[in-house]
Amino acid sequence: MRRTVVTGVGVVAPGGVTRDQFWDRITSGKPATRKITFFDPSGFRSQIAAEADFDPVAAGLEQWEIERMDRYIQFAAAAAMEAVENSAIDLEALDNERMAVTLGSAVGGTMVLEDGYVAVSNRGKEWLVDPDYSPPFLYAGLVPSSLASEIALKFRAQGPAVVISTGCTSGIDGIGYGHHLIQDGEADVVIAGASESPISPISMACFDPIKATSSRNEDPEHASRPFDADRDGFVMGEGGAVLLLEEYETAQARGAHIYCEITGFGSRGNAYHMTGLRPDARAMTEAIRDAMEQGGTNPEDIDYVNAHGSGTKQNDRHETQAYKNTLGEHAYKVPISSIKSMIGHSLGGIGAIEMAACALAIDRGMVPPTANWETRDPECDLDYTPKKAKSKTIWTALSTGSGFGGFQSAMIFSLPEELREVSA
Amino acid sequence: MAERQESDFFPAQTTVTLPDVSKRAVITGVGVVAPNGKDTDSWWKATQKGKSGIDKISHFDPERYDTQVAGEVDGFNPDDHIEKRLQVQTDRWTHMALAAAQMAFDDASFVPAEHDPWTQTVITASSSGGNAFGQKEIQALWHKGPGFVGAYQSIAWFYAATTGQISIKHGMKGPCSVVVTEGTGGLEALQHSRRIMRRGIQFAVSGGLEAPIGPYALTCQMRNGYLSKEKDPADAYRPFDKRANGYVPGEGGAILFLETPEGASERGAPQVYAEIAGYGGTNDAYHHGKPAPDGKQYARAMKLALQDADVEAGDVDAVFADGLGVPEWDTIEAAAIKDVFGSDVPVTAPKSMLGRLYAGGASLDAATAVFAMRDGVIPPTINLDEPVDGADLSFVTGSSKKADLNTVLIAARGYGGFNSALVLRKPG
Repeated sequence: MRRTVVTGVGVVAPGGVTRDQFWDRITSGKPATRKITFFDPSGFRSQIAAEADFDPVAAGLEQWEIERMDRYIQFAAAAAMEAVENSAIDLEALDNERMAVTLGSAVGGTMVLEDGYVAVSNRGKEWLVDPDYSPPFLYAGLVPSSLASEIALKFRAQGPAVVISTGCTSGIDGIGYGHHLIQDGEADVVIAGASESPISPISMACFDPIKATSSRNEDPEHASRPFDADRDGFVMGEGGAVLLLEEYETAQARGAHIYCEITGFGSRGNAYHMTGLRPDARAMTEAIRDAMEQGGTNPEDIDYVNAHGSGTKQNDRHETQAYKNTLGEHAYKVPISSIKSMIGHSLGGIGAIEMAACALAIDRGMVPPTANWETRDPECDLDYTPKKAKSKTIWTALSTGSGFGGFQSAMIFSLPEELREVSA
Repeated sequence: MAERQESDFFPAQTTVTLPDVSKRAVITGVGVVAPNGKDTDSWWKATQKGKSGIDKISHFDPERYDTQVAGEVDGFNPDDHIEKRLQVQTDRWTHMALAAAQMAFDDASFVPAEHDPWTQTVITASSSGGNAFGQKEIQALWHKGPGFVGAYQSIAWFYAATTGQISIKHGMKGPCSVVVTEGTGGLEALQHSRRIMRRGIQFAVSGGLEAPIGPYALTCQMRNGYLSKEKDPADAYRPFDKRANGYVPGEGGAILFLETPEGASERGAPQVYAEIAGYGGTNDAYHHGKPAPDGKQYARAMKLALQDADVEAGDVDAVFADGLGVPEWDTIEAAAIKDVFGSDVPVTAPKSMLGRLYAGGASLDAATAVFAMRDGVIPPTINLDEPVDGADLSFVTGSSKKADLNTVLIAARGYGGFNSALVLRKPG
């Protein structure tokens, strides 16, 4: 069986637009959520978000790339450059035809689409919009496949290139897709991850009527409160993360630094409701069990659980139940946290950012906290690592994702046993 | 492990999705909604006759647009397929997909509720999401204000809407997915279903549809520079023809129902149309919007698919080509096909009757290939009078051609350098 390892990590997130800044942010316990500055949010129910202070020039993008790429593609390009550099892989020596790109995004080019729409429709007045006002790269906005094709082009990756768009599980599923390509021999190296830039009027507006987002507008810093009794919805975020995935033996042969192995990836649909979750958490339970059994992971092997923890009433209860179903007594002992408390929920991007957090947590021996956790919810009675990061040896980490469409995903990262002695 | 409790919803045992490449996937059901036929039967009759579904745009007044013709599905009534409650929550793209999924189940005599829900999955391709729904809601936002955006925008527009709704309607709880690779999406979705079935899943709803004929979606498509501006519907889309002047967009697509050969035989499936025998996916990584002039990665996708299927180029009885209808692209494609197969294999582009359906296009080509094998007939490429420079291939033009088809290859490309090829093989 071909095994997949992570050899490079790149991140663009709110409050930290590089891998190290991101790690400092999520271990600081300080939220990067704030009043929206990208547009005037007056009139919206939720007016807060975790925005990334991202400078594409500083991130190393070329002027023509900046003009052509929507913001979420810029995030992915910056994160991919960082991941590739971090892996120290020699792209020149690589067989480009064995390199794939698998990236997730839930809403794709909505920023370009919305700007274009406003221009051609005379700010929403015309149904028969005027194409004379359309911006030059509008087609790339319509089809989010441009995320994969731009990154493939940038790195001359000539293997399969795919965008995975499963809503809020797109991040885990994007990495899982790359893992499948390596397992099945369709690629040896994969630029895998996800990206999202949903802080625009239409994306914010569509969550208002269903009250999915927090309306704690007067106190943005404390608005993202996963697992806390006073949580009132998620806070929108943005960002992206890319992991460089390699087949284990070839990575070892080139002497790569191995962050961890993907030992399990499971996903299920609850087939219940587009936005509702079954209280018994059966689909997520099955996804986690699948991921655990693939790698022979026992509950007590799991040293850290990186939760989806969106901060909606139903998600956090649902997820807590899934952990109890799968980990039994160990669910009460293992440290759990949601970094969304600090960097918000970047829809399709967040799952990859959370997998990057797991890789770094294993590498750096630290559990990031759940900021803003203050009051126990009787239905969320596990250890959510409130406010302060904890030093801990972490060999194995589990992360979960849950999203619209009923999709539930779980992924397990573990440092191979034979590498633990070297680390220790 | 924590104690397992079996119930209606829990499987007795978790499906552990580790790959076993010896596991195979076969197609046992097909459902189609197409510009030249609103259901499988009418589409297949029209396709064999070379009847085009391309006409002047009727979904809106196209007078102000350079592109005024498209492959619209006439007479598709969502009331015939879905309850009203669900209609208002979903875009036309999802309506057509739900209809196609039901047709595929009926064709395969498959009733999802009769089987373990955890062994069934939905993996579709999408390229542009819920266009008309999205335009209506974004208009409400910008014209009236944030409070006027409806509650269903968040679940109707995004690319995962169709997979989610099919999964929910039919109780399919396996590892669902949605792939976005522009025009190759349909083939990538079929291959991903095959990957998931290697991992123990027994039934998969796959394929994809698209509904890109709306004022704003058309405006976006016009920006890629490849749309035909020809006003005469009979002349607007001419794949591989010297006078080709771009493609016309179309709507619709196909859902294919897949299962394991063992499962199909165990439940007594009415037919096994074809096995998904091989796949190859590559990217040119050459230019953001143009194909690589050497067509090397496109040819490589076809070679990978043959290798995966363990067949030689000479074993392939017909090639279903992409046929963008842009001379530069068609020349490259013809050269890639010739490079792999030589000039003798019959080549056809049934898309010439439909327009370009994006995620629906390659899905529909796969459906066409399935029925072509069943009936021993290769549907024609219409509007192909004189081939574009360098395209000395054995095109099937004018009318259908009788042929014994055991192995066929479907090729597809997408804007952004995407290339895919899929080999289908008749069982036994």
